Amino acid sequence: MQNTQLEPNSLQQSVVIIGASHGGVNFAFNLRQQGWLGKITLLDSDPELPYHRPPLSKKTLQSLEVKSIPLKVQKSYTDSHIDLCLGKRVIAINKDNKIVTLENNKHLAFDKLVIATGCSAFIPPITGLSETVDEYGTSQYFAMRTHSDAVAIKKALSASTNKEVVIIGGGYIGLESASSFIALGAKVTVIEKQEKILSRVTSSAMSDFLTDLHKAKGVDLQTAKDIVQIKHTNNKHYVQCSDGSEYPADFILIGVGVRLNTQLATDAELVVDQGIKVNDVCQTSHPDIYSIGDCTIHFNKIYNRWIRLESVQNAVDQAKVAAQFLAKNNTSAPALPWFWSDQYEYKLQIVGLSQGYNEIIKRQEAPGQFSLWYFNNDTLLCVEAVNYAKAYVLGTQAIKQGLKVNKQVLNNLTIALAKPQLFQA
Amino acid sequence: MAKVIFITKTNDAVEVEGDSGSLMELASANGVAGIDGDCGGVCSCATCHIYLTPDDFKKVGTPDEIESDMLELDDNVTQYSRLCCQIEVSENIDGMTFRVAN
Repeated sequence: MQNTQLEPNSLQQSVVIIGASHGGVNFAFNLRQQGWLGKITLLDSDPELPYHRPPLSKKTLQSLEVKSIPLKVQKSYTDSHIDLCLGKRVIAINKDNKIVTLENNKHLAFDKLVIATGCSAFIPPITGLSETVDEYGTSQYFAMRTHSDAVAIKKALSASTNKEVVIIGGGYIGLESASSFIALGAKVTVIEKQEKILSRVTSSAMSDFLTDLHKAKGVDLQTAKDIVQIKHTNNKHYVQCSDGSEYPADFILIGVGVRLNTQLATDAELVVDQGIKVNDVCQTSHPDIYSIGDCTIHFNKIYNRWIRLESVQNAVDQAKVAAQFLAKNNTSAPALPWFWSDQYEYKLQIVGLSQGYNEIIKRQEAPGQFSLWYFNNDTLLCVEAVNYAKAYVLGTQAIKQGLKVNKQVLNNLTIALAKPQLFQA
Repeated sequence: MAKVIFITKTNDAVEVEGDSGSLMELASANGVAGIDGDCGGVCSCATCHIYLTPDDFKKVGTPDEIESDMLELDDNVTQYSRLCCQIEVSENIDGMTFRVAN
């Protein structure tokens, strides 16, 4: 631990962090690394030792025994003097008295507070959904958000004889889960409301690739479907659509988006507008209250607009930014968003945000290996790469450093992608 | 069983031992500074960058295409760089010393 340049009073100060996932945990450890000597209390309502969330729909689901991958081992919290309080739900923030109230009506005082509450799965109000239960009355519809979700899903899959699963929502969570279910020998139907999967977040080119991929792997992918109700007969559930089609399921996975966990912030009268509003150093409208991760909205200087990101990268980067500022008053350069998804034998890597593009250049290096380059005129906004990390890395360097990409090189498959050629003016 | 040493950026030597999983998981389980493993070990973030000695590098093997491309994200990449999420803990690496890149 480096103890240089400490905020003078950090020894006496207490930081409370609400939410111990990627954002909260990284913040706590970063703050210690930055030399903060005061008390750090990390709270979460989830009783499980904080874990990596992205593997839930992939590695965790596919492994024989559902075991979470911890972000840090228990000992690390002890060694770093981080007071990790699990299974503790915060029910109120009093920003004037600087106190948080826990479920058991216990109070906890803070000098600085970090809201890292993330988001929860949105469960749509579909008629009959809540009656999706097994013979013992155990719920057979699930989200894929927490370790206990993954455990319950795995249990439902093992218990089902036909292994028929219906996934409502063709987003990343739904598609990654579909890929895992296929690997586990299940019969998978994905039902998407829009004409194309992922239409909100990517282009037709990527959507079409993933559509073809999932169909080729045996997923019954149904788009432009309006679900009207779910019927139940003998522990079998039937998802019925407005066009009369019907899909049988032993259990149902819901992946139709999230609800932000911003209620605490709203109740505390912090500024919340499609997310908890934070500045460049992740301070909310109250200077002693910070917020990081999925639940926040920030003005992104790279893309010149307010954005909200649901990603590990954003949670981790904001954790670093907030910790550096809190411990040392240091500010950092704006972070570039990036994402990944693993489906079957394909690795999708995305850097940047494609919204606002007016041109896409596709480079197909080989079957199943390509990249999509999204431009607004000459400005590169985003690169999506499938099994082609080189394009992802070059795209990252171009956007980060503001390098001009030579579109002729990009369009010419006889020229291999490499730094000097690609970035010549 | 493998016993290995990580030398961090601040020259702290951390001796750890394990018998399975990835070297990244072993390092982060033991709180080795500079090994973040933000992506959980799927070769997507390049935050578990280490340097091997030339001999150890030969023994462990060269990175595959995705890993060597990902290493290019880091300005500190050398010919003996690896992402340790892609290295299995086994007797093969017993006794090795790795320098953490960041």
